[in-house]
Amino acid sequence: MGFIDFLVQYWPRLLSGAGVTVAQFLLAAVLGIAISISMGLMKLSQKAAMRGVAVTYIEIFRGTSLVVQLYWIFFVLPLFGLTIEKFTAGYLAVGMNIGAYGAELVRGGILSVPKGQWEAALAINMSPAQRMRRIILPQALVYMLPPWGNLMIELLKGTALVSLISVTDLMFEARQINSSTFLSAQVFGAALVVYYVLARFFVTPFMRWLERHMARKMGRA
Amino acid sequence: MFEWKWEFVWEILPRLLQATGNTLIAAGAGYAIALVLGLILAIAQRSPYRVLTFVVREFVEFVRSTPLLLQIFFVFYVGPQFGVRLSPWASGMIAIGLHYSCYLSEVYRGGLDSVPRGQWEAATTLNMTTVQKYRRIIIPQAIVPSVAGMGNYLVGIFKDTPMLSVIGVAELIHTANAIGTENYRFLEPFTLVGLIFLAISLPAAGLIKVFDGLVRRKMGLK
Repeated sequence: MGFIDFLVQYWPRLLSGAGVTVAQFLLAAVLGIAISISMGLMKLSQKAAMRGVAVTYIEIFRGTSLVVQLYWIFFVLPLFGLTIEKFTAGYLAVGMNIGAYGAELVRGGILSVPKGQWEAALAINMSPAQRMRRIILPQALVYMLPPWGNLMIELLKGTALVSLISVTDLMFEARQINSSTFLSAQVFGAALVVYYVLARFFVTPFMRWLERHMARKMGRA
Repeated sequence: MFEWKWEFVWEILPRLLQATGNTLIAAGAGYAIALVLGLILAIAQRSPYRVLTFVVREFVEFVRSTPLLLQIFFVFYVGPQFGVRLSPWASGMIAIGLHYSCYLSEVYRGGLDSVPRGQWEAATTLNMTTVQKYRRIIIPQAIVPSVAGMGNYLVGIFKDTPMLSVIGVAELIHTANAIGTENYRFLEPFTLVGLIFLAISLPAAGLIKVFDGLVRRKMGLK
């Protein structure tokens, strides 16, 4: 079967799979960003206990593999009475994993804000929370956005692993079609192209736009 | 509530440690391929032939923006369609080696770019051929700033080996899954796998930092 005939016949399934992939990506991104900010800030905390929690979280999630985390959340947590539906388990695992990597980026971004900015905020009598929210974080964001672009691509690729717990994403649909038709080159080729298009023409341009937009807002364009 | 059983742990630990060996072999072999192929990809991107540079650049971008899991399936299943049968191990190593060679080529590229122009010119003055220049002058100097990045991807490749389980390579996750289904107990095998990963990747990351510092001091950098 030619590639065009194949697409004509199977595009609805590939499209619905791609939809699930995009949903997983967006949910995991929101979760990952929230975890990154909270863990990144905690790692910079004055309190040793807070730092301890952040370091433990980051080392555990960066030290083990995403597949292991996914299986643990999906197969082991139910044994403790915490059953998580597979779609939720999917983006939870991917988001928590990316959050550990993102936390280091947040920490690095905050540390690269010049000392004078901290002192100036203190001089005009801002509370630590105000200082962080109004002065430090917006500037840190500009510093850390370029590496976040790469991390978002890693996140998109990471969502392919949710197929291992039978979430019906693009990877899962591709495997299903492959096992019923054996048109491997067509189906896996098409899936590769879809992932590439999502990464190269959606995620990356959006992150570049965000970088430029934020830099302009901060008067650095 | 499910209880942690130590006797079950001792029962399955030898099998898991054996699988750890397989995981390490897979990571090592994949990394060896990636180290060599990555260097070739990095040097190809510096060639004066525009078409070659463009094709390699796009190839690297493509591989880096698509999931490794999908690439493993692609290599494993597409071969037989055209009459080439590859074992799970062979296709796994090809896929993982190729994937990481693209990442490593970016690391090398940074290293190669950091070699000062004067070094190239001096090598030209000494009438070296291109191969001699790369081998004796440029690559040794390009490797030093690349050590940290190369080390990070060694840990990265190790953490990505569980994906090979999908085509039946008997590494850690594959074995843990098998143990789990045989005994209807998933708590111990999956937790142990997580601990084994931590026990290897954390010290490895530390060692890489030490090694990087050592190499830099030896070469008189920083």
